[in-house]
Amino acid sequence: MINFNKFYKLFNLMSLILVLISIVLLFIKGLNYGVDFKGGTLIELRSSDKKINVTSLRYSFGNMNLGDFNVKKFGSDNDFLIKVEKNDNSSNTIEIIKKELRVSMGDTFTFRRVENVGPKVSSELLKSGIIAIAMSLAAMLFYIWIRFEWQFSLGAILALFHDVIITLGLFSLFSLEINLSIVAAVLTIVGYSMNDTVVIFDRVRENLKKFSDIKIFELTNISINETLSRTIITSVTTLLALISIYLFGGEVLKGFSLAMIMGVIFGTYSSIYIANPILVKLRVSQKTILKEDSE
Amino acid sequence: MLYFSKLRITLVSLITLFFIFIASSNFQDSDNSLISKRINLGLDLQGGSYLLLEIDNGPIELQKLQNTTTFIRNYLKDKEVDFTDLRIEDKAIFFNTSAKNKKTIESFFLDKNSELNPYYSQYKSHQFDIMINENQFRLTLSKYGLIDIKTSSQDQAIEIVRRRVDEVGTNEPNILKRGNNRILVELPGLDDPMRIKSLLGKTANLTFRFVTQKDNASFGVETLQFEDGNNEALVDKRIILNGENLLDAQPQMNNQTNETVVSFKLDRVGAKRFGKATRNGIGKQLAIVLDGKIVSAPVIRDAIVSGSGQISGNFTFQSATDLALLLRSGALPAPLNIIEERTVGPDLGQDSINAGVFALLIGFLLVIIFMFLKYKIFGLIANLTLLVNLFLLVGILTIFEATLTLPGIAGIILTVGMAVDANVLIFERIKEEIKNEKNNIIAFDTGYIKSKTAILDANITTLIAAIILFFMGSGPIKGFSVTLVVGIFTTLFSVYFIARMLTALYVVKNKDKEKLI
Repeated sequence: MINFNKFYKLFNLMSLILVLISIVLLFIKGLNYGVDFKGGTLIELRSSDKKINVTSLRYSFGNMNLGDFNVKKFGSDNDFLIKVEKNDNSSNTIEIIKKELRVSMGDTFTFRRVENVGPKVSSELLKSGIIAIAMSLAAMLFYIWIRFEWQFSLGAILALFHDVIITLGLFSLFSLEINLSIVAAVLTIVGYSMNDTVVIFDRVRENLKKFSDIKIFELTNISINETLSRTIITSVTTLLALISIYLFGGEVLKGFSLAMIMGVIFGTYSSIYIANPILVKLRVSQKTILKEDSE
Repeated sequence: MLYFSKLRITLVSLITLFFIFIASSNFQDSDNSLISKRINLGLDLQGGSYLLLEIDNGPIELQKLQNTTTFIRNYLKDKEVDFTDLRIEDKAIFFNTSAKNKKTIESFFLDKNSELNPYYSQYKSHQFDIMINENQFRLTLSKYGLIDIKTSSQDQAIEIVRRRVDEVGTNEPNILKRGNNRILVELPGLDDPMRIKSLLGKTANLTFRFVTQKDNASFGVETLQFEDGNNEALVDKRIILNGENLLDAQPQMNNQTNETVVSFKLDRVGAKRFGKATRNGIGKQLAIVLDGKIVSAPVIRDAIVSGSGQISGNFTFQSATDLALLLRSGALPAPLNIIEERTVGPDLGQDSINAGVFALLIGFLLVIIFMFLKYKIFGLIANLTLLVNLFLLVGILTIFEATLTLPGIAGIILTVGMAVDANVLIFERIKEEIKNEKNNIIAFDTGYIKSKTAILDANITTLIAAIILFFMGSGPIKGFSVTLVVGIFTTLFSVYFIARMLTALYVVKNKDKEKLI
């Protein structure tokens, strides 16, 4: 048996520091919002002319008077991703770019993907993304509250916040782009992390009924150990699937799968080191469960 | 609980075979397969354009205010109630009256049978909100008055949008209302929406009006620009004819001038009016005005009584074709703005499918190898269950003709990773039970029973997240949540019916074996 509970304090402190750093990062550096949430134009180009590179593209776009823009390689050598921040809701930005590019660099491009999101839509998408995440947290909180006791609910929800905030903090730190699929990833992380926490909580509850003389501090440790092999195996299979999306699923899914990979790792960690110590802190005991049964 | 009736075994096998059959129809030519259902590919996989249009209702609201102002003027004159300073300002109608008429006028507006201010009984609200400040009346469109305007303009606009898109002849377009002032247009397979965008960007409000020299007309005059932007002309505000009187419009070559023109046919009322106006206006210039710009202004040489005519104006064949199309499909009630546009080229779509399917295969392979190494025979059972689970998932998506998106494929891969969780929970529990229980069969049974709550709780939490995602998410994300939701149900089915049956068969055969799992 591994004594997870020996490190509760240490890891709690570490998590607290990580969460604080993430919050500071989110406030100071902020998130790198993609076209979905900030508005603007995104173009994925494939060039048949090998001589065209990021520098030459940057030069041509610089001459188009588009305001702030960003050119980078996207996957293979001849694929480029261009983001134009100009966001005045004029729907012909794309036509202007296509025309000017043809003039300056010849007809060597295929436009693989073009997205243009107006300011109204992007702010709505951001709002609905935040609402979706908040709603799912609230729904989870409510579900656990019904199935368990409020102490469990609080433990689970703090673990979720921990996972979501640190994942977003990492996205901020590395300036990774936040788009619609990242919101989907965050919601899935919420589901997965919850899933993991619930399995351990379920065992804690069972053990509370089984052992009348063991304190919660020991009991969480027993429960974590009993479910440990399941925790590891499920994390491994999920990570195997996610890593294969990350490596082979194409550029579009890279951010999504990366967010999920981080989320699975933090989710597994937080089920052990956030959710359970909170049960200890809140002095959950056999009585907590008895009350539930008598109701 | 280790006994499974023959009926149950047959039923489960039949269901499984049925879904394998359904799922396989996606991989056959549609002509050969027995069932015509298949999974739809989202725009991000098959390529295509997604346009979100917003109706600019401002002009309609203004029009409504103008009409109401005219109505109020006539109505109050008719009732011989005096009023002064009737005007529109800041989206509101203002007028003043004397103290003694205040009550009378107020009752005109607040009566439930009011002609001036229609009452919507379904909303329990009038079209206009009234505010009286001393002797000044202020009328603004009420919340429901605005909704009424918006929904009716949306109804008209979607019809026109549909006609225009249909005329262009794209492949199975999808045109839907969004909210009460937006229209979503999905155009599968279209990799350059420029033409559709320019067609939808025009209101196509066509009028025929006389060019005048001085301000003599009773309706007033306005200065309008020519379409080439170089010239302008003074045009009578009185409309001789508008696009509604058009029966047909077609692009044509004019044989005499070798010019591309748009020829049109008028309905009976239009032909009559046009004939009368041209007879009286010989020698005058007739301006053909489209969306506030003069296309051309030919001089009338003869009365045109046939009810057909031609519009010339430096057209190319393409622009004449487009104008004819716009005129045939009718004018939009209000301008449309494209507020969101996403286009995926067909080659990126195919690349995404290839990458997604490859990732799925690799992910699946990694998971089954891992499971086999970890659990041996039981791993094989879990793997077989996983395979069936995939078929069930694809089969159900096929039956509902669900739309598969790239995130949707990611959802399937994720399901593969997470689906083994239920089996892992069970197997680990059986392992624990076997430590204390000599009888394999009892250990197996308790393993299933005791792991049940954890499995249910775990899946319900994921389900909650997925359902919220479905309702809040848009487009591709919806596709992700659909596969996730369906994946949860197929996982539970395959674990509790198929895996359980197979493990039971194995355990019963090896009930005396040491180290069963």
